[in-house]
Amino acid sequence: MTATVSARDLTHSYGSLKTLAEIDFEVSPGEIFGIVGPSGCGKSTLLELVGGLGSPTAGRLSVAGQSGNAGRLAGCAWMPQRDCLLPWYSALDNAGLALVNQGRSRREARLAAAERFAHFGLQGFESARPEELSGGMRQRVAFIRTLVSGKPVLLLDEPLAALDAITRADLQEWLAPALAGSGATVLLVSHDVEEALYLADRVAVLSPRPGRIVATVEGARGETGPRDQVVSSTSFNQRRQELLALLAARGENK
Amino acid sequence: MKLRLWLPPLLVVLALLGLWQLAASNGFLADSLGLEEFLVPSPSGIAEVLWQDRDLILENAGTTLVEIVAGFCLALVIGLTVAVLFRSSDLVRRAGYPLVVASQTIPVIVIAPVLVVWFGYGIWPKLLIISLICFFPIVVNTLDGLRRTDPEAVRMMRSLDASRFGIFRRVEVPTALPGVFTGARIAAAVAVIGAVFGEWAGADSGLGFLILQDNAQLETARMFASVFVLSVIAIALYALIGLLERVVVRWR
Repeated sequence: MTATVSARDLTHSYGSLKTLAEIDFEVSPGEIFGIVGPSGCGKSTLLELVGGLGSPTAGRLSVAGQSGNAGRLAGCAWMPQRDCLLPWYSALDNAGLALVNQGRSRREARLAAAERFAHFGLQGFESARPEELSGGMRQRVAFIRTLVSGKPVLLLDEPLAALDAITRADLQEWLAPALAGSGATVLLVSHDVEEALYLADRVAVLSPRPGRIVATVEGARGETGPRDQVVSSTSFNQRRQELLALLAARGENK
Repeated sequence: MKLRLWLPPLLVVLALLGLWQLAASNGFLADSLGLEEFLVPSPSGIAEVLWQDRDLILENAGTTLVEIVAGFCLALVIGLTVAVLFRSSDLVRRAGYPLVVASQTIPVIVIAPVLVVWFGYGIWPKLLIISLICFFPIVVNTLDGLRRTDPEAVRMMRSLDASRFGIFRRVEVPTALPGVFTGARIAAAVAVIGAVFGEWAGADSGLGFLILQDNAQLETARMFASVFVLSVIAIALYALIGLLERVVVRWR
């Protein structure tokens, strides 16, 4: 299968600060590719580079065969760590932003977004202003906003980081089928090893700055059953320990 | 609730007016200043004149109000345009900003007569003076508002296929709106000063013109009445803009 996202010998620096070094990976269509690593290792930078929001210093990076910034920008929808909901728009208008940007009418955009609202437990909150929503709801609106764009590649930067552990577990269970249903190729950055393992097909571990991929571990995406059962299985635990050990060996854990 | 908000300032104003009334009406104020009593009017005397000469004062207030509103609108158009131009290009901003600041170092009282020489006794010199002092707070606050734009929201919009204009319209403008209103409120307050200076430099009507005439004729009470009406105009404009802000900027 041709890779939807591919990085070859990718390097990036901010001035003299080297943030990413010799990154190599390929993500197949429909695959969920998790990226974990210590804070400051360049995970978020990597995601923004893939999404065409920045240029690699060296190496090749392509999305659906497009290697230019504009081409990558066109192929990806980026969901930043903060939800970045615009406070002057209702939840529904926020969720439909991409379609309005793409030249569709506001009515069409709202209609397309509204279809997802019920599915994500947001019915009744269509006209709520972002500040009236809980953290979990805001994240879901931001996720719908990304999904509705219809882009083939979704770049999720810590989509659940702003939430407490219980909400996060709930949202993971909701995120998994949502991602599967979208058919999109997903790059998922997380500092939470369990979250990445549970949601992804494969999880790449980055070293501290400059970030390099030190290992790639099989994720639990294919596994069936409720989340509690999946994450407490022996094989899941083994992989979790393996990932944590890899992170710990390379410096700070987390 | 409303009363608790309004009561303290109202009481202060009433107390000050009461003191003034007392000091003026028994001649204490005039005596201590060594002046004739008609030169030191009491609040009730001012109110009386305001009522007696209401036609004259209102007619002149109309002239001044037109000048203020037109000058303010001109400043708004120029100010917003300049702020957006400065935002769109760093080069333009660096080249133009010193000029904007320099425009505020021109003493209005000096430039006003020159403008009257150039543009005559009509509305134009007043309009230019008012917009000259109004446009500065509008530019500075609008630019400041635009700079508050969240760069992450901009990147999110780019990733979701927004055009440059789409980002301007859906992210930058709403972010800047509170700043625009702050600038407009300050501008409304100083616009009145500009109108008076403009009329002093040369006019045949307006409250500033009336004040100048009354000053020459020692009509002190009517001067105070005109000043009072000028204040009311400024406060009304300020309040109107505040009201508009609450309607437009609902997310704050």
